[in-house]
Amino acid sequence: MAKVPVQFTLNGSEKAEFIESGTTLLHALRDKIGDTSPKGGCHQGTCGACSVIIDGELRLSCLTLAETCSGADIKTTAGLAEGGVLHPLQRAFLDAFATQCGFCTPGMIMAAKVLLDRTPNPSREDVVEALSGNICRCTGYEPIVQAVLTAARANSQNAA
Amino acid sequence: MELRRDYFADVRKDGLHEIGQPRPRLDSPGHVTGKTAYFADRNFPGMLHLKMVRSPHHHARIRSIDTSEAEKHPGVVRVLTAKDVPHNVYTILILIQIGPEDETVLADGKVRWKGEAVVAVLAETERAAQEAAAKVKVDYEVLPAVFDMEEALKPGAPLVNEYHGQNYYLYDSGECRKVRFGDVEAGFAKADHILEQSYQSSPIEHAPTETTGCVVAPEGNDRFTCYTNTQAMFFTLDNTSIILQMPGNKLHFVGGTVGGGFGGKVDVIVEPIAILGAKLTGRPVSFIYSREEEMQISSPRAAEKVVIKDGVMKDGRIVARKVTGYTDAGAYSRHSPYGAQKGAGHYPGPYTVPNVWIDTYCVYTNRTPSSAMRGFGVTIGDFALEVQMDKLARLIGMDPLEFRFINAYRDGDMKAHRQPTEGAALIECMQEASRAANWPVAEKYMAMSSYRKGA
Amino acid sequence: MTLALQTFSSVKDANAALLAAGARYIGGGTLVVRAANEGDISVSSLVRVTDPGLSRIAVSGGKVRLGASVTMAAIARQPELATLAPAARAVGGPAIRNMATVGGNLFAPAPYGDFAVALLALDATVVTGDSEMPIETFLAGRDTSRAVVTAVGFSLPRAESFRFLKVSRVKPKGVSVLSIAALLQRAADGTVTAARIALGCMADRPIRARSAEKALLGCKLTPQEIAPALAAASQGIAPITDPIASAWYRAEVLPVHLGRLLSN
Ligand SMILES: Cc1cc2nc3c(=O)[nH]c(=O)nc-3n(C[C@H](O)[C@H](O)[C@H](O)COP(=O)(O)OP(=O)(O)OC[C@H]3O[C@@H](n4cnc5c(N)ncnc54)[C@H](O)[C@@H]3O)c2cc1C
Repeated sequence: MAKVPVQFTLNGSEKAEFIESGTTLLHALRDKIGDTSPKGGCHQGTCGACSVIIDGELRLSCLTLAETCSGADIKTTAGLAEGGVLHPLQRAFLDAFATQCGFCTPGMIMAAKVLLDRTPNPSREDVVEALSGNICRCTGYEPIVQAVLTAARANSQNAA
Repeated sequence: MELRRDYFADVRKDGLHEIGQPRPRLDSPGHVTGKTAYFADRNFPGMLHLKMVRSPHHHARIRSIDTSEAEKHPGVVRVLTAKDVPHNVYTILILIQIGPEDETVLADGKVRWKGEAVVAVLAETERAAQEAAAKVKVDYEVLPAVFDMEEALKPGAPLVNEYHGQNYYLYDSGECRKVRFGDVEAGFAKADHILEQSYQSSPIEHAPTETTGCVVAPEGNDRFTCYTNTQAMFFTLDNTSIILQMPGNKLHFVGGTVGGGFGGKVDVIVEPIAILGAKLTGRPVSFIYSREEEMQISSPRAAEKVVIKDGVMKDGRIVARKVTGYTDAGAYSRHSPYGAQKGAGHYPGPYTVPNVWIDTYCVYTNRTPSSAMRGFGVTIGDFALEVQMDKLARLIGMDPLEFRFINAYRDGDMKAHRQPTEGAALIECMQEASRAANWPVAEKYMAMSSYRKGA
Repeated sequence: MTLALQTFSSVKDANAALLAAGARYIGGGTLVVRAANEGDISVSSLVRVTDPGLSRIAVSGGKVRLGASVTMAAIARQPELATLAPAARAVGGPAIRNMATVGGNLFAPAPYGDFAVALLALDATVVTGDSEMPIETFLAGRDTSRAVVTAVGFSLPRAESFRFLKVSRVKPKGVSVLSIAALLQRAADGTVTAARIALGCMADRPIRARSAEKALLGCKLTPQEIAPALAAASQGIAPITDPIASAWYRAEVLPVHLGRLLSN
C-alpha cells in the first residue's frame, strides 16, 4: 500500500504524516494525528459531526481526502480553547445546555464558528442556516441556536 | 422555569434545593472541548476492522458458505462463521430466565431476516474487509417469508423461528400476556355506547448520531477490554460471557459514554463477535456499524397493532375496556417478549376502569428484529389510548379534557393489575395543562385532587 | 486494492488516467468519497486535476463561464451571479456547498442535481477537453462519458426572466422533493414569448418540460392562463421514488409547485 506524505497546520501547530493514499481527513486526524474531536457519525456528509474548518471554510472531513489538504490551515474544536480558557461559543454551549450526548457538539461549534467569524451579529435565520448541515438528535436544536446567539452577543460586548 | 408550589402543598416537604435550579451538566465541559472519549475514539496499533456479510433474503436456507476466496484476499486476517462461535445460539433475556435461546450470532443453516449476520471478515483495513466480504459466496434456498403479524398468526403461515415452534412467544400464561379484572362483557352489556378501533404503528429507528459499535483490545492473561457504547453494560458482559463461554472476569467492559441512545443500543450484537475476533487473531478489533447498518440492521422500536374496545356511559364513565396488543418482534425475541408484557402492564392507561380485559401478543415475522426504545411497549399504546379517549369524548359529546378528569385514576383506586393506586398526579397535571394551554374546564374539575378523593 | 488518489496538473493527463479500469474523476468528492465510505468497491482510483483554470468564474458581455471545479459557495457569493444564487444555495448545507462542484452536480443522480436543473433551463453548454455540447445532449449521454468536464457556459439571464424553486421537506437544508427552473421571455404586455422549463426528480436526471413550455406560449402568467401548462407538465415524466417521496407524490405536487413558481 502506497503511503503518501501530508503536511498541514492543525490548530496552529505543524503536522506531517505518511498516510495511505485515499485516506479521508477524518481518519487522518483521528487515527493518525490523534485529534478525535471531529466525529464520524455517518461518513456520508449528512450529519456534520466531522465538520472542521479548512482555510477559513467549513468542510466535512469525512468526504475530504487528506492528501488534498497539504499546506492547508485546519482548525478543529479541540484547538478552540486558548490557554485553558473556553471560547465564547464553548462557554455559551455549556451555559445554554446545548449539549446532551455531545456527539454533534464539536461539529456544531465549528459550523457556528465560521458563521461568527464572518457574521459577528447574526440573525436567528443566519444561525439556523449556518447549522443546517449539522444534525443533533438530542436537543431539538433550540438550545444550540440560543447558544450561538448568546456567544455572538458576548463577542460584540467584548469588542465594544 | 416556574416551580408551582401550590400542588400537594400539604404532603410535600419544602426544602427543595436542586429542583428548579439550573445546574451545569457534568459531561458538558468534555463535549464542548471535544475531549469526551467515545468508544471509537480509542485507537490501537494493529487494529483490525470487522465487516459483516449479511443475508440479502428475508428467509432462506443456507445450502453452503464458501469463504476461501475471501480468506485469500490481501489484508484479510481471519474469516468467522457460525462454527467459530462457542455458544452460537443465544437470547439476551436468558439472564432473567426468559428463553428459549432463539438467535444465532452468525447464521447457521438458515437466515430469518434480510440483513442477518452470516460471515464476519477481519482485515487490516476497512476497504480490504469490504472487498473480501464481497468475495464470500453463500448459496441460499429462498423460503416463503411473512411480514404481517396477523398473517403470521394464521394457521399454515411460514414458521419464522424453529426455536419457538410457533409464530408467537409462549408465555407461562399461554399465547399472550393476560390481565382480567371485573367482568368486561357485563360492562359492555350495560354501556350506553361501545367503540372499537384499531391502531397501528411502523417500526421506528432511534437514529443516534453515533452508530452502534465497539473497539476491543486483547490484554495479557487472556483478558479483553471492550470499549463499547452499549447502554446495557452488565447485560452485555454477562451475555458475552455465555456466548464466548468465557468467565466474566476475563472481560473488561468500558463504556457509559454514548453518542445518543434513545433507549436502543441494548442488544448484545457487536461485542461478542468483536471479542471473538480479537481472541482468535490476538489483535485489537473495531466493529462499527455504518450509517446504513444503523438504519437497517440495528433493532428498531417494534411495529405494533392495538385494538381497543370500550364501553362508555353518557355521563363520561368508561365502564369496560378490552385491549388486544400485538408487538412485532421480527425474527428474534431480543427484548420484545418483555415489551409486549409491558403493554399488558400499561393498559388500560392512567384511568380507573372497573372491567378490564387485556391480551398482548409478541409475534415473530421475517422483519428486522425489534427491541428496546424509550418506553417500548408503552409509547404506541399511549398513542392508541389517547386517540381512543378523544374519540370516546367526541362520541358522547363531551370536552376531551373533562372526559379524562372523570376517568383519571386517583390515590386509592384499585388498578386492573390489583395494585392500589399511589402517588397519582394526573389530575394536577391536567389542571396545570388546562391553565397553560388556555383550555378551560368546569370549576369542579379544577377543584379535584389525586390525593383527596371527591370533587 | 485500496483507494488511491492521483493528482494531475493538466486535464489531458487526467483524461488518460481515467481510461484505466476503476478510475473515477473526483471534483468536490461529496458523492464519490461518500460512495467509497459506504463500501462501493468499484472505484479504486480517484483522479483529480489541480489546474486553477477549472476553478475560474468568468463573466463578460452577458456570457458566463464556470469552471467545473467552481463550488456552489463560490457561485452563491459572486455578486454578478446573484440571479443564480438561489440555485447554488439550494445544494446541501454550508459545508457541502463549500465542496460541491458544478462539474459534480452535472453527474449527480436524482434527487441531487439541483444546480444542473438551473443549467438545463439556461441551455448551458458543457465543455470537455476538446468538445462542447448542449447540456441536454450531455445529460443524455453522461453515464458513458469518461472525459473531464472543464467548464459550463451560458448567457446570463436577466433577473426577472429566471426563476428557480426547490421543494424539500427539511428546511433550510433538505434533499429535493423536486426542483424547477424556468427561463421566460415576455412581451411588454406580459405574454410569454419563449419558455424553457427544467425539472429535477422527474426522472433519474434533469429533464425539460416541453409540453408545458409549449402550452405557456402566448399566455399571461395568470392562474387561468397557465392552467393548461400545469396540466401538461406531468407529460412524459417518470419521477423517482426514494425515502423522501414516492413517484406518485412527486407527480401529484409538480403542477402545484410549478403553478406557484410561474404565478409569483
Ligand atoms: C449531505 C449531502 C447533501 C447533498 N445535497 C444536495 C442537494 O441538496 N442538491 C444537490 O444537487 N446535490 C446535493 N448533494 C450531492 C452533491 O453534493 C452535489 O450534487 C455536488 O454538486 C456534487 O459535486 P462534487 O464535486 O462533490 O462531485 P464528486 O463527488 O466529486 O463527483 C460526482 C460524480 O461526478 C463526476 N465528476 C465530478 N466532476 C467531474 C468533472 N469535472 N468531469 C467529469 N466527471 C466529473 C465524478 O467522477 C463522480 O462520478 C448532496 C450531497 C451530500 C453528501
